[in-house]
Amino acid sequence: MPDTFLDSTELILNMGPQHPSTHGVLRVILKLDGEKILGTDCVIGYLHRGVEKIAENRTYTQFNPYVDRMDYVAAVSNGLGYCLAVEKLLNVQAPPRAQVVRVILTELNRIASHLLWLGTHALDIGAITPVFYCFREREEALKIFEQYCGARLTTHAFRIGGLQYETYEGFERDVKEFCEMFPPKVDEYEELLTNNRIWAGRLKGVGILNGDDCKEYGVTGPVLRAAGVKWDLRKAQPYSGYEQYDFEIPTRENGDTYDRYIVRMQEMRQSVRIMEQAVEGIPAGPIMGKVGKVIKPPVGEAYVSIEAPKGELGYYVVSDGSTQPYRVRVRPPSYINLQALDKMVRGALIADVVAVIGTLDIVLGEVDR
Amino acid sequence: MIGLLKKIFLVDLFQGLFVTFRNQNPKYIYTEQYPAERPKVAERYRGAPRLNNNPENGETLCISCNLCALACPENLIVVTSERNEQTKRKDLTDFTYDLSRCMFCGLCEDACPVDALELTQDFELASYTRDGMIWDRQMLEEGPKPTQYKC
Ligand code: SF4
Ligand code: SF4
Repeated sequence: MPDTFLDSTELILNMGPQHPSTHGVLRVILKLDGEKILGTDCVIGYLHRGVEKIAENRTYTQFNPYVDRMDYVAAVSNGLGYCLAVEKLLNVQAPPRAQVVRVILTELNRIASHLLWLGTHALDIGAITPVFYCFREREEALKIFEQYCGARLTTHAFRIGGLQYETYEGFERDVKEFCEMFPPKVDEYEELLTNNRIWAGRLKGVGILNGDDCKEYGVTGPVLRAAGVKWDLRKAQPYSGYEQYDFEIPTRENGDTYDRYIVRMQEMRQSVRIMEQAVEGIPAGPIMGKVGKVIKPPVGEAYVSIEAPKGELGYYVVSDGSTQPYRVRVRPPSYINLQALDKMVRGALIADVVAVIGTLDIVLGEVDR
Repeated sequence: MIGLLKKIFLVDLFQGLFVTFRNQNPKYIYTEQYPAERPKVAERYRGAPRLNNNPENGETLCISCNLCALACPENLIVVTSERNEQTKRKDLTDFTYDLSRCMFCGLCEDACPVDALELTQDFELASYTRDGMIWDRQMLEEGPKPTQYKC
């Protein structure tokens, strides 16, 4: 697009890579007619670290901490996806106790991720208050991570075959307290935003992406569900024992930014529901499955996808029988969801680009890898 | 009608403002006055590395097995040792740990068979130089000594 000739009324504008509302280092080249957007072009790769290539020079165990650094907001989900993929290659399963703890931590991470999204999204739109409240609650979730595995953001909480750390004393109590404390806080956020006329005015009808378009682009996660498609991998292809829990998949019909906001708010409530059920019955038993110290999967390949907070997160691992993966390919939800940006903002105004980037909930660490 | 009145009297905005004012209650203050007030990090916190000594005789617990160096994805640990002819065992001579490349994943402490290497609760690791981030055996045994501020 940038190399086409411009009309006399048209203008090329760079948004990013240092723009605060591009959530990192995304550069969007906008072609404008006044304030109206005629086209966009995303320039990515500023945060490219070659994680997939690094994997080829590390053993399976050693690569585990690197996956946390892709979607660093939802590091636990990344770890789960990678561990499940290698476990599938090895043909082992994490013991039941490990699975339940994994579910609790990934749901907690989903809440932490959505809270970060809500805070920064509201900040982009111009509502400054929610970010403080969101970070206050996110802190509680991060404290549980810190107590459990010793790190807050890049947790490295899971190991291939199960868990490294036994739950700490008071883990169940902390999770229960969080589950009790959290839903009223969601009410509080909703009180601030849901009925607020400025919020609704800025979001309703902005960045519409209908269900068919979503499927065409491969968009997943809350963006897809806000367009009315009831697709959640936790229900569709249950992993790590998700079939035991009773929860709903929130959906909406319009597929605009406001609906995506509502869907994510409801997802947080559903996550609390899953955690409440999981923490009630953490079975006793071992936390590590039958894997050796040196992980050497047989020749083969495995693809596992999980429902990360941002959408379908897939890990494709190819083994050549050695201790290092032959190839690791990641299907990052942010990267694929970002494709839809052009479709969503064409004909809209510049301020809507900010809203749409926010609502897509991208993490550039994952887009660029 | 009610909808119109709600609109005129800005009910939605006041509803939100009420939340803000409710949260101004001083009992909801979360700010930590660091560095005067130091945060209490979790027991399992993965911070500064430490090479543990035997508390009884002050000798290092490390048996120079090199497992930590092999486990580290970043290859940042170098263990040097020499063979002790009398005991037929390896004695640790130096232990280099490049903190600037460490991602505190904890794989090295998991690998250590004798719990000699441990990631501790110290989190103040800043240094004025890059060289200051490369810790030798002495530094690893003593740990960082951040300035303590009192108010
Ligand atoms: S914490 Fe991880 S990166 Fe740091 S030295 Fe240990 S194994 Fe290496
Ligand atoms: S693994 Fe432990 S005992 Fe072995 S060299 Fe490292 S610190 Fe020393």
